[in-house]
Amino acid sequence: MRIPMKSDFPKIYIYKRIVQAKLFIDTHFDDCIDLNNIADEAYFSKFHFIRLFKTIYGKTPHQYLTKVRIENAIRLLQKGMSVTDVSFFVGFTSVSSFTDLFKRYTKMSPSAYQRQFMEKQEQIKTDPLQFIPACFAEQKGWTQKSNFQ
Amino acid sequence: MITQLSHVSIFVLNQDSAYDFYVNKLGFKVHTDAPMGPGMRWLTVCTPEQPELEITLMPIEDGMMFKDGAAEQMRELVKKGTFGFGVFECNDLNATYEEMKAKGIVFKKPPTKEFYGYEALFVDDSGNWFSLGQKK
Repeated sequence: MRIPMKSDFPKIYIYKRIVQAKLFIDTHFDDCIDLNNIADEAYFSKFHFIRLFKTIYGKTPHQYLTKVRIENAIRLLQKGMSVTDVSFFVGFTSVSSFTDLFKRYTKMSPSAYQRQFMEKQEQIKTDPLQFIPACFAEQKGWTQKSNFQ
Repeated sequence: MITQLSHVSIFVLNQDSAYDFYVNKLGFKVHTDAPMGPGMRWLTVCTPEQPELEITLMPIEDGMMFKDGAAEQMRELVKKGTFGFGVFECNDLNATYEEMKAKGIVFKKPPTKEFYGYEALFVDDSGNWFSLGQKK
């Protein structure tokens, strides 16, 4: 019987470790983590890890961490948290660097995003049919305002 | 001339549970979440890179859409895994498979090289199944 070689398994083994590191970022984005923490999590050398991570996710771990922080900032802004609180909550050390990165990702400032989101929520509350295709509203019996208010 | 698809429906057994599955596990974005009166909700989500296509998470309930016991029949069919509602794409199938498995998502088929491409099949919280392919 042939003894399995390391090269028989490399892909799935590597994938599991990179995915583990990605999930680590997803759940620890608000901690003060840096690249070394993340590479340690995947048991790779820093440079090998960055190369593999970028090959799989199209972003360096640092770029991905920023993306996760901005996405969570969006979620918290939607809940009405203040811009300052959001910036620290998702792991930024300064409000201005948070605001700059937020603008780069979303093309608007955090406060403008929050205002726009709240306005849409208000519209959904007062006139939900504006957001629902008429055929579905009809089938659901929602075409008369009195049916859902 | 038809120019694009704006909405597509996935019939689900429970909207709250479907929200958790599609948003918290698959990472889809909420497009519209509108309460429509007692026990009713219009909920659409979209994949992160296709915000213009709203996926309606449509509860199977008695009403104008499902009449005369059709809702119960539909629920049974969905539970049995009758329906495959679509094909999703990812950048790296092996990595996405490992991540989804780590989140407890059930696969009917692991990543497999078929004559038509590389694909896996996963099941949502209701029983609907989907093909997951890798962007070429």
